Amino acid sequence: MTTMNKSLIHLLLVCCGTGCVANGAREVYQALKDNLTSDDKAVLAATTSARATGCHGLCAQGPFVRILPEDITYCRVKAADIPEIVEKTLKQGEVVKRLLFRDRQKKTLVQGQNDIPFYQRQTRVALRNVGLIDPSSLQDYLERGGYRTLEKSLLDMRPEQVIEEIIKSGLRGRGGGGFPTGLKWKACAATPAQPRYIICNGDEGDPGAFMDESIMEGDPHSVLEGMIIAAYAVGASNGFIYVRDEYAQSVASLRKAIEEAENHGFLGENILGSALSFNIEIVRGGGAFVCGEETALIASIEGNVGEPRDKYVFPSEKGLWGQPTIINNVETWANIPVIMERGASWFTSLGTEGSKGTKVFSLVGKVANTGLVEVPMGTTLREIIFDIGGGVPKGRSFKAVQTGGPSGGCIPSELLDLKVDFDSLSQAGSMMGSGGLIVMDDRTCMVEVVRYYLSFLAGESCGKCVPCREGIKCLLEILTRICHGQGEIGDIALLEDIAETMQQASLCALGRTASNPVLSTLRYFREEYLEHIEGQRCPAGICRELSEFWIDPVICTGCGLCLPRCPVEGIKGEKKQAHWIESDKCIRCGECIDSCSFQAIKVK
Amino acid sequence: MSEQEYEENIEGFRKIISGFPGEKRYIIAIMHELSRCYRYLPRSALELTAEYVGVPFSQVYSMATFYRAFSLQPRGRFNIKVCDGTTCHIKGSNILLDEIHKNLGIGPGETTADREFSLETVNCIGACAIAPALLVNERVYPRVNAAALKEIIKEYRGGGDNDHHE
Ligand SMILES: Cc1cc2nc3c(=O)[nH]c(=O)nc-3n(C[C@H](O)[C@H](O)[C@H](O)COP(=O)(O)O)c2cc1C
Ligand code: SF4
Ligand code: SF4
Ligand code: FES
Ligand code: FES
Repeated sequence: MTTMNKSLIHLLLVCCGTGCVANGAREVYQALKDNLTSDDKAVLAATTSARATGCHGLCAQGPFVRILPEDITYCRVKAADIPEIVEKTLKQGEVVKRLLFRDRQKKTLVQGQNDIPFYQRQTRVALRNVGLIDPSSLQDYLERGGYRTLEKSLLDMRPEQVIEEIIKSGLRGRGGGGFPTGLKWKACAATPAQPRYIICNGDEGDPGAFMDESIMEGDPHSVLEGMIIAAYAVGASNGFIYVRDEYAQSVASLRKAIEEAENHGFLGENILGSALSFNIEIVRGGGAFVCGEETALIASIEGNVGEPRDKYVFPSEKGLWGQPTIINNVETWANIPVIMERGASWFTSLGTEGSKGTKVFSLVGKVANTGLVEVPMGTTLREIIFDIGGGVPKGRSFKAVQTGGPSGGCIPSELLDLKVDFDSLSQAGSMMGSGGLIVMDDRTCMVEVVRYYLSFLAGESCGKCVPCREGIKCLLEILTRICHGQGEIGDIALLEDIAETMQQASLCALGRTASNPVLSTLRYFREEYLEHIEGQRCPAGICRELSEFWIDPVICTGCGLCLPRCPVEGIKGEKKQAHWIESDKCIRCGECIDSCSFQAIKVK
Repeated sequence: MSEQEYEENIEGFRKIISGFPGEKRYIIAIMHELSRCYRYLPRSALELTAEYVGVPFSQVYSMATFYRAFSLQPRGRFNIKVCDGTTCHIKGSNILLDEIHKNLGIGPGETTADREFSLETVNCIGACAIAPALLVNERVYPRVNAAALKEIIKEYRGGGDNDHHE
């Protein structure tokens, strides 16, 4: 193994994250393996190694094959491209130009990952290994310095010192609430009862967010290492990772990592010869959003219906099976080993006064460079969405960015220079949440989006308390009416009234925050509500009863692109002449609008 | 297999259930395994589970209905899960649902008469960067539009093999 490493010339990193796998990355990886080991390429096999890694971040351009040490990054690779990559790049040292990243702004081809603007403004802390290592290889993790901080913490530090370091780092939980992690640990350690438990919250219920998934998939050992360090700090005996039902690949990756960690003495009895004994078990969720809430999650692990309970007593005192329990989010756990390695003062040098470190965002929706982005806290929305994300595609205009999941809010373009951290987002009426940033353009109807969130929440409310159960239902009914063109003048006041009651009277945070989407859009997009109610018009052309489309004959070039996209043959016209829509046929699906490159199709 | 045949498969259920420790906290894990093998949770399997872990049937039943991952109705051979998470929603998941209805005649929660396809919506499958996305069994399809959807259905229709996922 080591001798081969010495003569190793090329390292090929093939992204096998969920997004790239959906685009054929497994086939790419297999083709690479086949090509490297075929008879006549035996020499290559000895000097090249290929790794299937986690998400490289820029999922919009995947699948990726990245070649080190030259740092050649190939985008949108297909299995059929592999022979050419092997022949040209590996054997002859030539770059295959057509597979390089195309910088649309500068109109140049970019060779290295570090030269792609998307990556240049990022600081990868929680994602430090994702995309670089093979998650199934403990060896890869060790080569990146893995488990060294566990050793240091366990053998050179007292538990109180570990807790003190985490407190000093100012790390706040990345799962949404932003509670100081060190204080949570301290409270748990101070509770006399034994045994104590550690939980990793891998439920990631927010639709539109997938950073926890990418960490569990792409760097599972960093989560384990964080949890083991905490086990030492608070004296816990057992750990659980609760993974959401849809994340089969995360489960597989974690399972493998636990097995390897056990085989090498990082988990189990007397870890690294110390007095610490600790095990980790995976629990698969059942697909209920509310189970991401910590008390509901605990109920779910215990084998109950996942209903939250009142938090007069925190889980750090009475959690799983009534015992002291620390529950932290996946990204929070992944931060622990680096903080212990590089120290609290390094960590506090990143971020803002009230929010230290970095945050991983999933940048999705109507934005060019969709994917995962990690930046220091305090980076502005504009930098994230425009500089890193490349702005809104297809020549459309930015309308809002939704943060914080179903309990967050929509932030308008006036606030694009907002520095993102826990506190500034709350002040803007939204939330950090788990870090989903969903970009919306002028083809997104804010009223309909809020209706969507409430229908989501109506399905997810556990129904235990009345304000949440009935309140969401009422809000949803009113919003549905408005979207169908049956809104009434009094509706806006009614929405506000119900929303405020729910904020005050609900049992758990699901109900208390469910009104955020309503209140934030009423704050920033009240006009759009009025258009629906008074003007009987949906400016985005989404609510079918309130939309009508027409083709502007002056702009239409007659290219005919929209014609075959219409599912009901509702578009007519000759080539090179202005087209028109037969409005009695049109079902207002909007397919044509998205196909027209000239924005000739208008909403009445 | 007909529903009755499923119901008669008591030995199969017993084998799966006894693969887990007889404690309440394994109920969800047992239900996941039953779903994987039978594509739904047959009532008699739930009764056996309750007995095995020592809780009232009503508790197992309420869990089976609370968690979205489980179905009390048999699902089709190809289970289509259309993502209706926020990103997929604003990128047109409702158009996909309409198209599936047009092509297969089923809405969310329904199964075709020949038990080939069933349809569900899910809240995010973690592929938001390539939205709108859908799953057929375990396989993720990225950036699906009406035309692509037709191809996908064609691919599975008429005896596509069940191991079509990764
Ligand atoms: C309705 C609801 C859903 C939640 N979902 C998640 C989730 O999916 N993942 C998560 O880590 N935290 C979630 N949380 C926050 C958790 O309750 C808890 O605060 C968090 O796991 C603590 O970890 P942290 O301090 O590291 O953030 C949710 C909270 C609520 C109220
Ligand atoms: S909105 Fe849909 S139905 Fe109407 S013309 Fe455009 S493509 Fe055809
Ligand atoms: S795609 Fe646009 S420009 Fe082309 S025919 Fe249709 S409306 Fe006219
Ligand atoms: S999954 Fe490959 S870049 Fe994200
Ligand atoms: S919202 Fe559809 S995959 Fe995340």
